[in-house]
Amino acid sequence: MSLKIALFGITRDIVGTSVIELPAPAPATVGELLAEMRRQYPALGELRSCAVAVNNEYANADQPLHTVDEIALIPPVAGG
Amino acid sequence: MTPTLSITDQPIDIAAALAAVQTDAAGAVNSFIGTVRNQSGGRPVRRLHYESYDSMALTQLGHVVAQAYDKWPMLQEVAVVHRKGTLELGDVAVVVAVATPHRAESFAACQFIIDTLKQVVTIWKREEYEDGTEWVAAHP
Repeated sequence: MSLKIALFGITRDIVGTSVIELPAPAPATVGELLAEMRRQYPALGELRSCAVAVNNEYANADQPLHTVDEIALIPPVAGG
Repeated sequence: MTPTLSITDQPIDIAAALAAVQTDAAGAVNSFIGTVRNQSGGRPVRRLHYESYDSMALTQLGHVVAQAYDKWPMLQEVAVVHRKGTLELGDVAVVVAVATPHRAESFAACQFIIDTLKQVVTIWKREEYEDGTEWVAAHP
């Protein structure tokens, strides 16, 4: 199973692309995904926060991930 | 009672947002208009660049408005329009408009929606200074 992760704002700047594909074996949960992304891109760990969205909703660390899911990293938001 | 929610790369039509919440059942229309300021923490700002994850932003905005309807059952109509892209000083970045029977709830609901929007809606802001740019709130 591979995963595609959408990147926005400063996470796109850090990773250098707006979509990154993690080849199989990809992380199985949100928590594993965050750990893997921070391992590959240590600057992600310096952010005030970094959430993961699955299908347009904020996801908990134990949520499982599937190839069909729309997954995104969500750095600190600053609308308004 | 269907809220008007949108994210646009075009200038926001404030009058249209206010018109969207007009209803004969409301005696109060309250609005918040967020504009681009010329400084941030004392540092001169030249312009702002907003980026949006549109589908999630609209989903989360829908949740925020649903929470407002739960908290203020008398809430009639709601409109939220957020701009994205490059904004110059003085440009309108966001408009929140609510209509309620009486004024007290209109202030409270409007403030709740803009405050909660800033916490959960997936929009990011990059400030442009004379000597570079920075993503707002990204680092501790």
